[in-house]
Parts: sequence; structure tokens; C-alpha cells
Amino acid sequence: MTVNLTLAALAGVLVGCGVVLLVSRSLVRALLGVLLMSNGVNVAFLVVSGDPGRAPLVTKETADTAVIGAGGISDPLPQAMVLTAIVITLAVTAFALALAHRSWQVSTSDIVTDDTEDTRIGDLAAKNDLADSDYGDLEDPYALSDEPDPEGGR
Amino acid sequence: MLIQVVLHLTVAACAPLLVRWWGRRAFWVLALPSLGTVVWALAQTPAVVDGRGPSEMIRWAPEIGLELGFRLDTLAWLMTLVVAGIGVLVLLYCADYFEDDEPDLGRFSAHLTAFAGAMVGLVTSDNLLLLYLFWELTTVLSYLLIGHVNQDEKSRSAATQALVVTTAGGLAMLCGLVILANAAGSYELSTILAHPPSGTVVSWAVFLILLGAISKSALVPIHFWLPGAMAAPTPVSAYLHAAAMVKAGIYLVARFAPGFAEAPPWRPTILILGALTMLVGGYRALRQHDLKLLLAFGTVSQLGFLMILVGAGTREAALAGVTMLVAHALFKSGLFLTVGSIDHATGTRDLRKLSGLRRSTPLLFWSAVLCGASMAGVPPLLGFVGKEAAYTSLLYADAAWGVPLFVVVMLGSILTFAYTARFLWGAFGTIPGKEPTSVHPLHPLAVAVPVTLAAASLVAAPLSGLGEPYLDGYVDLWPAGSHPAHLGLWHGLNLVLLLSLVTLALGAVLFAWRSRVAHLQQAMPEPPSAISAYRLFMRGLDRLSLEVTGGVQRGSLPLTLGLILLVLIVLPGGSILLGGSMPASVRAFDNPAQLGVAVLATVAAVAAVRSRRRMRGVILVGVTGYAAAVLFLVHGAPDLALTQTLVETLSLVVFVLVLRRLSGRFDENRDIRHRTIRVTLGVLTGAVVTGATVVAAGARTQLPASVGWPKTAYDYGGGGNIVNVALVDIRAWDTMGEISVVLVAATGVASLVYLSSERLSATRARVRDTRSRRGEQAADTTGGWLPEGDNAPRELRSLLLEIVTRVIFHAIMVWSLFLLFVGHNQPGGGFAAGIVAGLALTVRYLAGGAGELRAALPVMPGLLLGSGLFLSAGFGVVSMLAGGDVLQTWDYDLHLPLIGELHLVTSVFFDIGVYLVVIGLVLDILRSLGSGLDAQINRAHEEVNR
Repeated sequence: MTVNLTLAALAGVLVGCGVVLLVSRSLVRALLGVLLMSNGVNVAFLVVSGDPGRAPLVTKETADTAVIGAGGISDPLPQAMVLTAIVITLAVTAFALALAHRSWQVSTSDIVTDDTEDTRIGDLAAKNDLADSDYGDLEDPYALSDEPDPEGGR
Repeated sequence: MLIQVVLHLTVAACAPLLVRWWGRRAFWVLALPSLGTVVWALAQTPAVVDGRGPSEMIRWAPEIGLELGFRLDTLAWLMTLVVAGIGVLVLLYCADYFEDDEPDLGRFSAHLTAFAGAMVGLVTSDNLLLLYLFWELTTVLSYLLIGHVNQDEKSRSAATQALVVTTAGGLAMLCGLVILANAAGSYELSTILAHPPSGTVVSWAVFLILLGAISKSALVPIHFWLPGAMAAPTPVSAYLHAAAMVKAGIYLVARFAPGFAEAPPWRPTILILGALTMLVGGYRALRQHDLKLLLAFGTVSQLGFLMILVGAGTREAALAGVTMLVAHALFKSGLFLTVGSIDHATGTRDLRKLSGLRRSTPLLFWSAVLCGASMAGVPPLLGFVGKEAAYTSLLYADAAWGVPLFVVVMLGSILTFAYTARFLWGAFGTIPGKEPTSVHPLHPLAVAVPVTLAAASLVAAPLSGLGEPYLDGYVDLWPAGSHPAHLGLWHGLNLVLLLSLVTLALGAVLFAWRSRVAHLQQAMPEPPSAISAYRLFMRGLDRLSLEVTGGVQRGSLPLTLGLILLVLIVLPGGSILLGGSMPASVRAFDNPAQLGVAVLATVAAVAAVRSRRRMRGVILVGVTGYAAAVLFLVHGAPDLALTQTLVETLSLVVFVLVLRRLSGRFDENRDIRHRTIRVTLGVLTGAVVTGATVVAAGARTQLPASVGWPKTAYDYGGGGNIVNVALVDIRAWDTMGEISVVLVAATGVASLVYLSSERLSATRARVRDTRSRRGEQAADTTGGWLPEGDNAPRELRSLLLEIVTRVIFHAIMVWSLFLLFVGHNQPGGGFAAGIVAGLALTVRYLAGGAGELRAALPVMPGLLLGSGLFLSAGFGVVSMLAGGDVLQTWDYDLHLPLIGELHLVTSVFFDIGVYLVVIGLVLDILRSLGSGLDAQINRAHEEVNR
């Protein structure tokens, strides 16, 4: 299969730019990063899905003879997947923006702060503190007790 | 047998309802399936004795060897009688044990009834995987039953402990079963046992299966979960942890012994662990103060004893084993239920507190004496019969392990006598100088059931000789040994009888010297405790998870993401560098237009990264999206191009709706060092993606999976647009999952904006209001095209937008419907059509505000989302009911006069569902992020003005 270098490079550029935005603390920037990345990945799908061709539309006459690949129609399977991805991205966009808005309402900022629970666990790990464990007590609850039975061996 | 299981499960499902209606009396009904099973099994007795027991086989998943295969042979018949028989009695006991106001009684009763059904299924199933299924079902139900008092931390942790230990064993067993089935070439238990395979692999399989049995039957060193399980209500202990579930391991060993007792790991594992268990359990039972714990350690000891007998692999030991199994089920459940009644009557199970119960509860006392005598092996009870047979089988075994094991069993039996005597004396004896413990009156069944079990132990003993032939079907799987054992109370004066008497005498001495024994036990060093080792291991796991979590999850989102990306760079990137082969042929582009678009998109992407203004960033990202749409078109994917363009447009609208509330610039510190790291990460990830794309595309050797699709899409899917047929037919499950995700996201958006149900119901009220007004307007035709437009605030109105909206709204809606229905053959389909309709709604909203949006579509988004998913899923169900596969498509060609041929495809209903879900999403976005934020902005303004 012949590989389209322009599209492969573009996929890398879009994902790379997306990553730079993604690893920032602003929710909106991170969302823009996700959108860039998903555009990049969709383009990568074009590269790996094979040679371009006519639109995958057939009629009664052409259904039996249509071939997939160079000179025929483009591969429909990756297209169905990408189409699904596009719509999911829309839903994710709406949700992330609602999150950003909520964050703004609460703190007039869309900056993601450090997670306090994670910080707490990090501190526990640093101190080797197993207070959260259910198995802090190693005692055998059914050990033979030290106290003798009262009243003649009871 | 499937019927019996299903009956149990059905009644269990109804149990919570029955308990709500009738309170604890519901247990009378819940006992019926078990009673029916007992009656059925008894009716099958003649057939079973003749070796013609019934068997069933219903295909389930033949591809993996999982079938609903059941059969009732002698062993299964015996086990069914035991588990269902004890089940009836325990369920009846519950009817007088619990109070009507016991918390969660409905749930408890369901679990207990379901457990009885799972047990019946376990002992009758003839398929290894089915057996495993029931096996784990009993584990899970045991977990739920032990943790019944779920407010109590101790009971929860005991339940978890039992679950962890028994599922670990169960998983090992599953591996063993699969290996065994592969070696034997069948998952059918009876087939495998008829021709047992052998070899190293089979030995491993047998060992793994034994691990399952060991964990289930609480053998040393993982016996500790059983005493812990005493946190369960006493009827559960009596049933699960004495008569039924712990017997599952015994049953498994008894089941496999005829075929695999000669396998190398079998006897060392079973006999050594069984012997240890019998002694450890008896030793520890001597020192418990809680009557239930005393019995629990006694059960551990007896399980070791049973394991030795059923695992020894001789005819005589097997006969003794199944006899002891029945005897143990009778006396141990009887004793547990006695303890339950004592607990109920006095409020304590501590033998240091109980005094004088012999006089205050005489019936209970005598039944406990009988059960205890059976446990201690005192004539004339069934336990004595079993132990005589056991002594004979081991003492005269034709193998070197016979006599040493006999010594162990005799020592264990001496301990058994001693702790039984301690139990009876502790529970019913009188402590000198102590007031008799006050006793509440007991309900009749709380006494009648233990008495019944005691009577059974007594009656069965003299009849045991008559019953022996009924067991031939099982014990005849082995050849008779040189010194046969038989059941019965009297075999003449012989060595075994003498040794039995010695056992009783030594046990009595041990009991009489209990003070000295206690002091001796205290002086002895504490043996290494298995439960401490378990807890140490679990704490180690906790420690490991703490260190890993603490090390990796630092709480910073960029750091976490960076870590994930680093893995992407190192692993796939490294493997591309080391072993990725470059493609044989490359080309710069297919079409010069690609190059131009790619350059444009690159510029836009880099500019988006550098942008400090939010809106500029959004628009630049949008440019890359439109560029992608052009690339789709050039590639030959018009559906993608269409959908991408529409989504990109809608995304812009959504961004604008939200960003109006946020500041214009990204507020972020511009630390140079951080920026360098981020850019490096981005460059490396981008390089890996490009590299992976090139290598993956070049490495392709197979034809596309979609080679036959054009023909199937047209012939079976009934459509010419293959992408659309893929979405609504070939890969319809994917689409179903996707619209579910869309629904969840839309719900999330609404919940993040509305926050409180009051605001949501206010919105709902406004929508309802608008709907009724629309009805009136439609009636007198005064509505016009922008009926609510006049209500919008004057400063927000735009004449141009209003006029354009009036002109194009209906045209867009018609186009959307066109796309929906033509989509099966031409570019379009539910997704694109839904977004087009959504854009039409957006235009209405922009022109006339929230009121106009309500006028355009006076329903809540949830209605569209819900009915859309319902339509798509419902289509799947309908096509299944119509006899096809789930989501199968039918098409009809209607020949209509005048109009000509009309092509109808059923999957259009699926697409309409998709269409409705997408419109629902857009409506939800507009109503939450549009009107919802409008209202918030207005409220903020009013507050400022005030």
C-alpha cells in the first residue's frame, strides 16, 4: 500500500499541537487540545484506511462489481468509525464546556487545581502511613485467649 | 434439574415482595422449591439405584463447551437430598428465628433461597463450566449472606475475607477445569470421569482443582475464613457453613476421586492437609468461648476428616465419607440451629455467661445431646456408624498411608469428643453460684427444627445397614478392598469397636481434665497463625497500591496526562525506532489540494497553540476541523465531510455560548520551563503519531475487512450508502453504544448547568406553558413564524436575523428530513440530519432567544434523547422478536399505483432514533448552555443593578 506522507505528517502536527494544549491547566485550552488531537487522529485514519477512491455509494447495478481501494471506492469501514468519533467529539465538547463553565461559576477561573485526595494519598505514601488500610491489625481474632476460663476450666 | 434451579431462583426473585406482604411467614413459601426438590429426588430413587438417573442437556454456548448439562447419579442424588433437605429445615427455622422488623429481611430471604438453588445446581451439573458457574454463585451469595448486617464493619470484613479466599481458590479451579477439559477433549463431567486423562498437565489441572476445593471447604492453611464467616446470622451458618457450601469442596473431591485419586498430587495434598485440618480445628475448638466459634472450629476439624475419607480413593473410605457427610450435615446444622435458639432466647452465645439452660430449655437440651453424641461418635447415632466405617477403612486400608491416617483420625476424634462435651456442658450446664440465665420463650419452630435433625441422626443409625445398597452406585466405582467396611451399629466385638471405646474414654478424660488442658494450651507456643499471614499479605497489597498511587497520581492533571503520553512515546515510539519497517512505497500526496489544505491546517494549529485569546484559539481550531472536512472529501468520504462541517459549525456556536461567560484571555502563568517541557512532549507525541501512521499503513498485508460490504450492504442492508448501512446495520451495536454516550454527555451538560431540580422543573413548567400557548396559536392561526420573537428583549433583536430565520428555518428542517431519509442511499443519515435540524433550532434560538427556542420545539431534551434511544434499542428488540438477529434489517419493495416503486428499509427506524438523539443533544446544549446561561446572566445583571 502506498503511504500518503502529507496526511501522515499533518496527523502528527495536529496531534502534537493538541498535546501542547492538552497538558495545560486551563480547561478550555485542554479541550481545544482534545479537538486538535481528534482532528489529527481522524486524518491518520485516512492514511491507514487505504487508497482514496470514489465515494462508497453503490447502486443496484454497481453493488456486485464495486471494489475497494485504488480505482474503486474508498474503504467504508474506517469512515463509519470516524463518523462515530466526530459526533462523540461534539458531545464531549459540550460536556467539557459545561464543566469549564461550572468551574468558572465556582472559582471565576477554568484552571484545574491539584486534586486534594491525590495529594493526601501522596502524603500518606511518603509517610508510609497505612491508616486507610483495613488490615492494620494483624492480630488473630481467634487466638487462644490469655485469660483462663473461670470456674473450673470454663 | 434445571427446573428445580430455575424454580429456586424465581422464588428468590419474588422473595422481597413476599416478605413485604407476609413478613417472616414468607419463609414457609420460600421453603417450597427446596421441598419440591427433595420430593422429586426421592421419587427418582429407584431410577438412581438402577443407574438410570435422569439427565438433561440443553445447548447454551457450545462454542466454549458451556452447556446446561445436568444428571442425577448416586452422588448427586445424595447431595441433592442433603442440601435441599437441610435447606427446607433451615428456611422453616428462619420463619420463627427472625422478627418481622428484621432489617433487610427481604433481601436476606432472597439470597438464602437463591443459595439453595445454586447448591442444587452445583451438585447436579454435569458440565465443568456450569459447575464453576454455580460454584461462584454460592461464593457470591455467601458473601452477601455473611455481610448481611452491612452496617457492622466486622461483618463486612468477614464477608470480604471469605470472598477473597474462596474466589482465589475458585479462579485456580477454573484454570484447572479448563486445562482438564482440554486434555480430555470434553467439558462433560461424566465423559471425563469415564475416561480420565493423565499426564503432567493433568496433574497440574488436578492440583488447581484441589485448590478450589481446599479454599471452599476451609482446609488448613486457609481455614480462617470459616470462623470469620460466623458473623452471618445463625441460620446461614447452619446452612452454608455446616451443611451445604463448605460441603461443595467435599463434593468436588468426592466427584473427582474415582477418576483422579491416583494422580500424583492428589493424595499428598488432600491427605496431609486433611489430617492437619482435623487436628488444628479440634485443638482450637477446645478453647473458644463463643459457642458458634466453637462449632466453627469443630466444623473445620470435621471438614478435614471428611476430606481424608472422600479423598482417600478406596471403596471403604468413600462409603465412610458419604455416610459421615450426611451425618455431619444433620448434626452440625442441628447444633448451629440450637445455638441460634439459645442466642435468641438469652441474648448471648458466650458459654461463660450461660447457666442452667438444661432445665429451662429441656427439649433443646436433649436434641443438642443427640446431635452432639452423633458428632462425638457415640452409639447409637449416625455419627458413630460413620466413624466405625472410617476407622475400618483406614485401619485396614491396602496402602501405606492407612495406619498413620488412622492415628490422626483417632486423635481428631478424641478432640472431637472433648470439644463436644465442652459445648454441651458450656451451653446447658449450671455454673455453681450463678443465677440461671433468663430465657425468653422460643417460637415452636426454633425448637422443632433442631429436634427434627436430632431425631434424624438417631433414626438413621439403625437403618444405615438397609440404606447401604442405595450408595452402591457411587462406592462401586472402586473395587472392593481386602477388608470391606459396612454400615451398621453392631459388627461384633472387634478391634475397631475397642478403638472406638478407647476414643470415647480418652475424649472423656480430656474433658475431665479441661483445666489442665487449658493450662497446657496456654503454655504451648502460639502456632503460626494463618489469618495473620493473610492480613499481612493483604496489608502488603494495600501498601503496594498506596505506593503506586502515591507515586503516579500526584493530583496534577497535566502531570498525569504527561505520564500517559510518556508511555505512548516510550513504548510505541521505541518499538517503531527499534523494529518498525518503512513502507515499500510512499507518495507525497494523492492530490495537490491535500498539500495546500495541510499547510493551512498546520498554520492554524500552530497559531492555535500560540493564541492567548480564547475565541481566537477556538476559531483556529475550527479551521483545522474544516480542513479535515476538505481532506475527507478529497479522500472519497462525503459522509464524513458533511458531518464534520456540520459538527464544526455547531461546535463554534457552543463555544460562543459558553465563552461569553469566561474571560477573553487564557489566564495562565507563562513559565518558560513548563512551556519547554510541554512543547517537547507535543513534538515527540506528534512524531510518534506520524511514525506509527506510516509504519501501520505500510505494514498492511490483509485485504480490508470491508471487501464484501458493497454487495452485502445492498443485498442485506438494503442501502447504497455503505457507510450509512454500516452505521445502522452492520455495526449497529457500535452506533447504539455511541448514542448512549451522547445521551450521557447531554445529561451531564444539563446537570452541570441546572444544578438543582427546582430550576429544572421551572424550565419544564415554561416548556409546558409554551406548548399550551402554541396549541392556541395553531387553533386561531395567529402564530406566525417567530411566535415568541416579540417577547425577546428589544436590545437583543436583529431584524435581519429574524427575517432570515423566517425564510430559512422550514427549508432547513425539510432538508434535514431529506438527509435523514435519503441517507440510506446517498450521503446523509441520522447523524448529519440531526445536526442540520439542530442548526435550524440554533438559528431560531439566536433570532428569538429562549422563548423562541421553546416555541420551536416545546419539549424537554430528555424526551427526544429517551425516545431516540428507545426507538433504536426497540428496533433491535423488535427484529429479534420477529425471529431475526438483534438489529437485523428487512427491506420491502412496495409497488404502489401511480407513485411506482417504494423502497422501505426497516433500519430507517434505527436511524430515526439516532436522529432524535442528536436533536436532543443539540436542544439540550441550547437550553442549558444557551437559555440556561442567559438566565444566569440576567440574574447577575439584576443583582448588579440592585
